[in-house]
Amino acid sequence: MKISYYPGCTLKTKAKNLDTAAVASLEALGVEVEEIERWNCCGAVHSLTADDLIHQVGPVRNLVRAKEMGADKLVTLCSMCYNTLARANEIMKNDPEKRDTINRFMDEEIDYNGEIEVVHYLSFLKEAIGWEKLKSQVKVPLTDFKVGSYYGCTLQRPAEVGIEPFGQFELMNDMFSSLGATVVQFSAADKCCGSYQVLSSLPGENSAGAAVINTANKEGIEALATSCPLCEYNLGKQQQQMLDKGKIEKNVPTYYFTQLLAVALGLDVELCHFELNDEQSLALLDDKNYLVTA
Amino acid sequence: MTLPINDQSLSLKSIEEINTLSGESVKLCMQCSTCTGMCPMTQEMDFSPRKVMHFAQFGLMDRLVEINTFWKCASCHACSVKCPRGIDIAKVMEALRQQTLRKSKNHIEPSQMPKEAIAEMPQIALVAGFRKFTS
Repeated sequence: MKISYYPGCTLKTKAKNLDTAAVASLEALGVEVEEIERWNCCGAVHSLTADDLIHQVGPVRNLVRAKEMGADKLVTLCSMCYNTLARANEIMKNDPEKRDTINRFMDEEIDYNGEIEVVHYLSFLKEAIGWEKLKSQVKVPLTDFKVGSYYGCTLQRPAEVGIEPFGQFELMNDMFSSLGATVVQFSAADKCCGSYQVLSSLPGENSAGAAVINTANKEGIEALATSCPLCEYNLGKQQQQMLDKGKIEKNVPTYYFTQLLAVALGLDVELCHFELNDEQSLALLDDKNYLVTA
Repeated sequence: MTLPINDQSLSLKSIEEINTLSGESVKLCMQCSTCTGMCPMTQEMDFSPRKVMHFAQFGLMDRLVEINTFWKCASCHACSVKCPRGIDIAKVMEALRQQTLRKSKNHIEPSQMPKEAIAEMPQIALVAGFRKFTS
């Protein structure tokens, strides 16, 4: 099986740990991952003003690239990329006037009419691999690992692009159950981490992010898993500063779900680039004896 | 806070601008405050989302430009999914930000940001933040 894949800017640099673990895991599961050619930035956030079409051009160009390669699906991973691509796709599918304007503006490109289905990695994992097969491929079960699935905002909102209905977190929960982890129902799973507000607040002063960590602590979660580099930054990399400023009571190691997937599949720990996570992350997995080195 | 309806307090032009930019109708708001209950950023806001919707219903731009609520909005859409009147409140907040940004006024100055923060932050934080806070 072969899939077209859109990584996005952050996954090639500061969130390499999200990307490499994801690609290696799919390959271990028998999926050939083909990165689309000449991809560009998705724009990170969807434009919310009614008259702003220029910011749809970036995400739509990526969908054009996938169409040119003959794909019918484009798998993506970063929550913000997924949201931006999927929402731009909704416009191209459902708004003939805006679609026509955007196609005419990009007259050097082939016309795009919403033919590509934008699919999040988790949805692809369930549909193409399935939880039973995934379970059979686990080499290092994540036994006694109390994990909370953290979706944040952009995997579920708005409803028309949500990978699941509001308040339902089965995709990531079921993946972790298949990996042998103990899934803790996390009541802050879809609460915002503070997102881009990190640009306007002082380090460690993000009240929304601190609320997510404090809830995880109260609910007995020992590790959080996310799909978004901005969530990981706000919750993981900012965590020590939140602790130093007394905003949170104790650390909760924060991972990308793809890193934990790769660990459970017994892949080489080097692929997971834990050096890019918060300091506690690797130590916790080491304590649990989950890590495999090739 | 009581808002008197008179020539000074009601700006039909401003209401129309907010509605056109957002694609929403602020008059639908019934001030139930569900948005405020859902918002993760209220601790950092000087007026609640409900109050901002109230100001917007009157088109009180003079008052709106002085408050931080829509600059503290993280566009997480938690308010929008629960609004019983079906208003996408995040779009109203975007319209309010854009009314300042489209006058070439930045809310943050990228050149004033600490170099360490820029070096450390993921690209999506910078792209998203500059899209929301700069003209």
